[in-house]
Amino acid sequence: MRIRALIRRICEQLLRDKRTLALLFLAPLLVLSLMYYLFNHTGNAADAKIGAVNLNPKIVEMMQQQGMEVISYEKADKDILVNEHLDALLEMQDSKIHLILKNSDPSQSKALQMKISQAAAAISNFSQNQGNAAPNLTFTTDYVYGSADTTYFDTLSPILIGFFVFFFVFLISGIGLLRERTTGTMERLMSTPVRRGEVIIGYLVGYGIFAFIQTVIIVIYATMVLGMNMAGSIWYVLLTNLLLAFVALSLGILLSTFASSEFQMVQFIPIVIIPQIFFAGIFPLDHMAAWVQVIARIMPLYYGADALKDVMYKGLGFGDIALDLGVLVLFAALFIVLNILALKKYRKL
Amino acid sequence: METTVKLQQVSKSFGKKTVLSEVNLSIEKGQIYGMIGPSGAGKTTLVKMIVGMDTPNEGLIEVLNTKMPNLSMLQQIGYMAQSDALYNELTGGENLRFFASMFKMGREEQKQRISYAAGLVNLTHELGKKVSAYSGGMKRRLSLAIALIHDPSVLILDEPTVGIDPELRQSIWNELTRLKNSEHKTIIVTTHVMDEADKCDMLAMVREGRILTSGSPEQLKRQYQVESLEDVFLQAGGQQS
Repeated sequence: MRIRALIRRICEQLLRDKRTLALLFLAPLLVLSLMYYLFNHTGNAADAKIGAVNLNPKIVEMMQQQGMEVISYEKADKDILVNEHLDALLEMQDSKIHLILKNSDPSQSKALQMKISQAAAAISNFSQNQGNAAPNLTFTTDYVYGSADTTYFDTLSPILIGFFVFFFVFLISGIGLLRERTTGTMERLMSTPVRRGEVIIGYLVGYGIFAFIQTVIIVIYATMVLGMNMAGSIWYVLLTNLLLAFVALSLGILLSTFASSEFQMVQFIPIVIIPQIFFAGIFPLDHMAAWVQVIARIMPLYYGADALKDVMYKGLGFGDIALDLGVLVLFAALFIVLNILALKKYRKL
Repeated sequence: METTVKLQQVSKSFGKKTVLSEVNLSIEKGQIYGMIGPSGAGKTTLVKMIVGMDTPNEGLIEVLNTKMPNLSMLQQIGYMAQSDALYNELTGGENLRFFASMFKMGREEQKQRISYAAGLVNLTHELGKKVSAYSGGMKRRLSLAIALIHDPSVLILDEPTVGIDPELRQSIWNELTRLKNSEHKTIIVTTHVMDEADKCDMLAMVREGRILTSGSPEQLKRQYQVESLEDVFLQAGGQQS
């Protein structure tokens, strides 16, 4: 029952600390709301990979001049688009152009749409100048993910939700354990028959409870108040965030071993937290250099954000996020073992 | 007499720095055993190894005939470190209850022990207050109560009277004497204040990781033919160097 006492103590401590609670539960909502109004911009279509079915060679040529990669296919459907990792698929029948957009990055979709319609318009003008009857091109557009209403923020929000959970849990648990070290309560705790594993589990569950409440508040606010996309199950979102919180918890506790003051703990933020935001998918990594992608893969937030994006935006199920979740579990397990070893500093047994 | 704590040829070094070398000690049940020496002499390292929080590089440490470190032995040892080590956000009662839960004891026993330990240090009426509102002396007393919460047979106090007023210091010493006499606890105290050394049954003078000399205060004074323990310390140190 030592674990229960540890959990209870952590809850009592946190509940007394109103400011920390506000930071944990309200700050994410504030930042999320601000980001919501901030993010809406045009993306870059230059390095897009596009499939073409029966497309006018002149249009293909113009698209290639823009830097797009154009590959020909026999027929056009969403499966080809997803399986071949294309960003868009264009099909031309007579004077109809049907455009299927993957729309995993809505700003890119908007840019693509613009470039393609420009190309089509140029063709029209060209044939008119030749004296031919202008082919009256009509456009229809389809989306694999999301819809015409999708904004950049819809794909960003799952990443932000994962990030908030990661950041605040990391900071608060790290400083919580650091305080135990600096005030000497950790040493006192280790002079009782409590096992090192019990201390770590107590910490994980104690802070885990608050991380869970935080996730619920953020997710509810994001979907109900800000009207964010929630294509998949909210339970998978909670599950992913909880695993992300465990990774953040165990990492925060572990890194607090290497900090001797709260200030030094805060110094870990630019090293550990900030790079993770950039590699979590705020910028699409697919077209970046291989070594950049390797770096992304050692960052826990990359997997969390990927799973959250799959569920919240693409509406995918457990099978599609299982790998991401598995990696998060491995991260957490690794950090927990390292934590139990790190406590040997206080008691060898 | 029954030996409760025994150290044989204990040496400890951190990196290249030798903190303790070849320490031999034997502490009997029902004694107040004082370890006296300047700051940095190795007293804290010594008591931490007796608690089992650190392991010696060489030598053997036994508490109640069990080789340390030993997790279940911690149930028998009460340890109070130099810092107060309390959770400031919690009340005194919550601190006591939390640390009590770390030891094996039933719910009823826990309640009894909490009220007993709080009564012992005169904090019964202050248990509902947050520790952050406590005075320095109250924190020290609460810290002592926590060290006693599980009724340990060996009590190890690392500089228990640093930074507290003379009145409180006296009341702590009275309490230690009472615990020794009526409950036959073995009490190990480190201090660098000479006048406290007189209150111990046995003394070990520690300097630079070695035990210069040990014995009862009277024995030591007689042996070195001096009036005060301070002189004993100076003479013993002088002989060594």
